[in-house]
Amino acid sequence: MANLTLVQAINLALIQEMERDERVLLLGEDIGLNGGVFRVTEGLHKRFGGKRVVDTPLAESGIIGTAIGLAMAGLRPIPEIQFDGFLGPAYDQICSHAARMRTRTRSAFTVPLTIRVPVGGGIHAPELHSDSPETIYIHTPGLKVVMPSSPYDAKGLLISAIRDPDPVIFFEPKRIYRAFREEVPEDEYTLPLGKARVVCEGDQMTVISWGASVVQCMQAIERSGRGIELIDLRTLYPFDMDAVETSVKKTGRCVVVHEAPKTCGFGAEIAARIMERCFLYLEAPVQRVTGFDTIMPYYKLELDYMPDADRIARAIEEIAAY
Amino acid sequence: MPIQTVLTNTIQHVSILDEHGNFDAQLGKGLIPEADLVKLYEHMCACRQLDEVAFKLQRSGRMGTYPQNMGQEAASLGAAYVLNNDDWLVTCYRENCGLFWRGIPMESILLHWMGDERGNAMPRAHFATPIAVPIGTQMLHATGLAWASKYRGEKRIACTFFGDGATSEGDFHEAMNFAANLEIPVVFCCQNNFWAISVPGKINCSAPTVAQRAVAYGMETIQCDGNDLFAVVHCFRQAVEKVRKTGRPYFIEAVTYRLGDHTTADDAKRYRDQAEVDAWKSRDPILRLRAHLMKLSLWNQTKEEALLQRVEIEVAAAIERAETIAAPPHTDFFDSMYETLPADLLLQRNTMQTHSIGQDPSQIEGAVIELPAKGAH
Repeated sequence: MANLTLVQAINLALIQEMERDERVLLLGEDIGLNGGVFRVTEGLHKRFGGKRVVDTPLAESGIIGTAIGLAMAGLRPIPEIQFDGFLGPAYDQICSHAARMRTRTRSAFTVPLTIRVPVGGGIHAPELHSDSPETIYIHTPGLKVVMPSSPYDAKGLLISAIRDPDPVIFFEPKRIYRAFREEVPEDEYTLPLGKARVVCEGDQMTVISWGASVVQCMQAIERSGRGIELIDLRTLYPFDMDAVETSVKKTGRCVVVHEAPKTCGFGAEIAARIMERCFLYLEAPVQRVTGFDTIMPYYKLELDYMPDADRIARAIEEIAAY
Repeated sequence: MPIQTVLTNTIQHVSILDEHGNFDAQLGKGLIPEADLVKLYEHMCACRQLDEVAFKLQRSGRMGTYPQNMGQEAASLGAAYVLNNDDWLVTCYRENCGLFWRGIPMESILLHWMGDERGNAMPRAHFATPIAVPIGTQMLHATGLAWASKYRGEKRIACTFFGDGATSEGDFHEAMNFAANLEIPVVFCCQNNFWAISVPGKINCSAPTVAQRAVAYGMETIQCDGNDLFAVVHCFRQAVEKVRKTGRPYFIEAVTYRLGDHTTADDAKRYRDQAEVDAWKSRDPILRLRAHLMKLSLWNQTKEEALLQRVEIEVAAAIERAETIAAPPHTDFFDSMYETLPADLLLQRNTMQTHSIGQDPSQIEGAVIELPAKGAH
């Protein structure tokens, strides 16, 4: 068992799945010879060759559109969109076709593809390299959306995503690509999509998050010294409302944390569902600690934008005192 | 030499049977066996009949918006005739003739425009994709499908159809670029019918030909009279053979004309000259082929009348099948959302409601809900 970073865990998942299933191929900009701009696909071109690890033209709609065709033909393509901010040109293919082909054709044609996208801020990157657009795709019926927060989870979730018969957008929080290591089994394992992870247990308050924010939440919870239950959703659609319900009915107080802007962020949906399922159990309104309703700033101010341990800790105190 | 010519290019236009009945024997003789020729003609007539009746269906409220294919039968038919039945046919919505030749039942198309999604359940065995609404986007799917064939070492190629308007869309460029640069076996066929709804051809392509767009990708290209079935077959044979041999894509511009409106929701009289329409009516692919068959003594008025009767019955039967299909269950639009519906979606489907009160069994009146004792936190 090795201690792997998020990058290494994803790399390992790709290697293992490509060895296991000949139908799997990777496509994207710079993923071949260069091993990906974050080196996530390092070594794969050498190992599997240019037929299965393809450097594509610079064209996001083209990457996703051709991947849709590959998937319709029964292969398992894993296209990469180099940065969250470049999903824009691919939006139409994702939402007008990947999400719809199965229902459009009554399952005559399906799209078992997994789109990998580095997501989120915190790496001093240029404009449009630090966004969190997950809500758009959660809101699009026909897709699944996954965002791991750790190397162990990433390997298991990515393999599940690749094997899933439907289109999955697999967001990789770039801020924690190399931030820490953890034990990741070499052996094959999967983690089911749609199941959250209880990171730590507590009965005073529930904190819900996903992606890099989970790390910030852990820091804030430790600092608070309170008995707080942290839930890492892992899959955003379909999401594990049962886990949320069980926890919030126990604690009565809830904070949702995400990097994406507040308005219509996924926290809004979670809050609405907590209202639906846990209304009589709430001791305080559900609170959201999120990115502001602004464009993600250039990196000099990105730490002011992103919800950090301080802001989360403040919210925790205020909700505890409500 | 400081300035050198690094590229010159020519675009060829193929015309074998023209609107006046002139037939180039050198290219045309033996191109299409006579028995096939008659079948192809009959097929075009059946498609025309469907098209005309579909228009009436819409006008009488029995079908939703419908895009008439009238006048454009030859291009997609020529393609379907030349391609193998397991080559991918990725069309937009003015290729009914080719799809029907491939074996897609007429009622599938009717159901689509009648708002019934079951019309899109194209059986995989036909290797045809469903009607594509967002313009030009299907070209990338064709490229991906052909890429999969190449990946698997199969001989299957893809052919995709689109209009002159589509050549403005980014996905047109991206598909052509991918196919050319990654060497993917696709035949790109543009039905240039000179109109994108009400926008004249030169706004979408001001170059003298659409065919020359392919030159920018280093792609072989040819232009043909799209209303001349012989020219279409000639060009497709050439293209398909080259694509199969080299694995590289090929472009065909089929010059044709949209005799009807863009769809039944459009009124082309608002923006087109009747003189132009009339001139193109005389170039109708069906009229032309009929005259040719008669000249060859393969056809006559008696056969024509018999055919009209046959196609009337055939089309009426297709409409009957489309209109008498059992109504889909109210929950039908849930069922193919995913291979396995997530729990919440299943709940929405089973309750046909989204508001939660009354949806969740634990919230039903009379249910016993255990609240934790106050101060337990």
